[in-house]
Amino acid sequence: MIIAERKPLEEIAAMAAPHKKVCVLGCNTCVGICMAGGDKEAQETAALLRIHRKKENVEGEVETFSIERQCEFEFIDEVLEKLKKYDLIVSLACGVGVQTMIEHVQSLRVVPGLNTTSMGYPTEQGVWAERCLGCGDCVLHLTMGICPITRCAKSILNGPCGGSAEGKCELGEDTDCAWHLIHDRLSSFGRLGDLTEIQPPKDWSSSHHGGPRTTVREDVRIDSGE
Amino acid sequence: MIAGSNLEKVINSGNFVVTGELGPPKGSDITQLKHHAEEMKNHVDAYNITDNQTAIVRTSSIACGATLVQMGLEPIIQITVRDRNRICIQSDVLGAHTLGMKNILCLAGDHQSFGNEGASKGVYDIDSMQLLKGLKDMRDENHFMGGDELEAPISYYLGAVENPFADPFEYRVDRLEKKVNAGASFIQTQCIFDLDRFEKWMEMVRARGLHKKVAILGGVTPIKSLGAARYMKNNVSGITIPDQLIERISGAEKKKAEGLNVCIETIQRLQEIEGVAGVHIMAIAWEEIVPEIVERAGLYPRPKL
Repeated sequence: MIIAERKPLEEIAAMAAPHKKVCVLGCNTCVGICMAGGDKEAQETAALLRIHRKKENVEGEVETFSIERQCEFEFIDEVLEKLKKYDLIVSLACGVGVQTMIEHVQSLRVVPGLNTTSMGYPTEQGVWAERCLGCGDCVLHLTMGICPITRCAKSILNGPCGGSAEGKCELGEDTDCAWHLIHDRLSSFGRLGDLTEIQPPKDWSSSHHGGPRTTVREDVRIDSGE
Repeated sequence: MIAGSNLEKVINSGNFVVTGELGPPKGSDITQLKHHAEEMKNHVDAYNITDNQTAIVRTSSIACGATLVQMGLEPIIQITVRDRNRICIQSDVLGAHTLGMKNILCLAGDHQSFGNEGASKGVYDIDSMQLLKGLKDMRDENHFMGGDELEAPISYYLGAVENPFADPFEYRVDRLEKKVNAGASFIQTQCIFDLDRFEKWMEMVRARGLHKKVAILGGVTPIKSLGAARYMKNNVSGITIPDQLIERISGAEKKKAEGLNVCIETIQRLQEIEGVAGVHIMAIAWEEIVPEIVERAGLYPRPKL
């Protein structure tokens, strides 16, 4: 899922300050599940924002509600008339949600209430770890299901590097060495020999480095007018 | 002969090799670097020029290397993959060739978060293995990483680093072999403070016959003070310093002299280990001590080839 965390309240309050009618809009899918921008967090954020504005003598009102996904037109359309009443929408969606909203309804003024951090999963309650960078050319079959592009700080394809110590990355104790994990997993499957092959440079053109990406599936497209 | 560098000649001659290291300054005045180069010029066969070591911005290694060439000395240009993509690296490698540089050391580089530009974007377009293989192919196959042909050839003597003190330990010899296959003619190791572990690693190296395929130069650093030892132990990525060594220095009356003794003893032991072709002396911020180290280790005078 997409992982995010709420921006500091001060930053949200500063963005909202010039606006009278403000809506904190939650998004109940990915960021709802990672407890950053779902209905509960939207209500909390709106309450905190109201208190903050009262203290700072900012006039106006702060309302809140949530939709299922801010990244799909059909969910935005369901609440479109309501959204148009606000001077500002503080979106608690990921960066995709914010952009979907303004691309779909150009007249809306939407600002981000979250910082989108990564694609990952919860390793334990309250901890979300990054697992995919969306490079567009998956190598997990070569690395026993552990992504070195994402989990190695240097995205090395021929690791582990000389900074790997006792299973940890040179960045420190909090970061596992991805290549140590790959090494151990290959070892447990009797496939350590795989590591002797020199992996060639990655073709980054399938990643963001090739420019913004658009995925097209002609077989499921519906041509307008048909 | 591949590049005809002094380093290559000394390695091929079978003499025990000595390389030194110079760190470029954090400013535009390289007087000090030139001074250190002069100081050790009769005591080392070539000088590593570091490439923004520990991710701290410094004068470029190629620019400093060009100065050494003008002084009639021989640089080993360090190239990391942290700050440059394959376009820039290949371009710099061609440029360094036109400036008379003959040796390149390929490495990944410390992560940018360690340095003084922690907000910078790490490049890591290729890794150190791919850099080595890419430069070997430029040299031997006359093509760029992307496949285009070079309009004129290059003839570098290529090296890499290996860290016998990193983990997983049993993989460290596989990695060395991989670097040999990728094109390394010489290897410089991370600083050796744990000789027992280094000897274990060398045993594994010999068992595979790798010491006959690549010149292994053991890395050493003279410890200047107890603080320096502790700093390296705790802060420098990839370095292991056994507690006994810290205790030895801490218990010594003259700590600086003891640090020097340790370094010289290490080099003497390295000379006795089968398959070790030389020593790489990294006397960071203590460059003036290099001649004494080389002389006391019995490695002076250097061969003139």
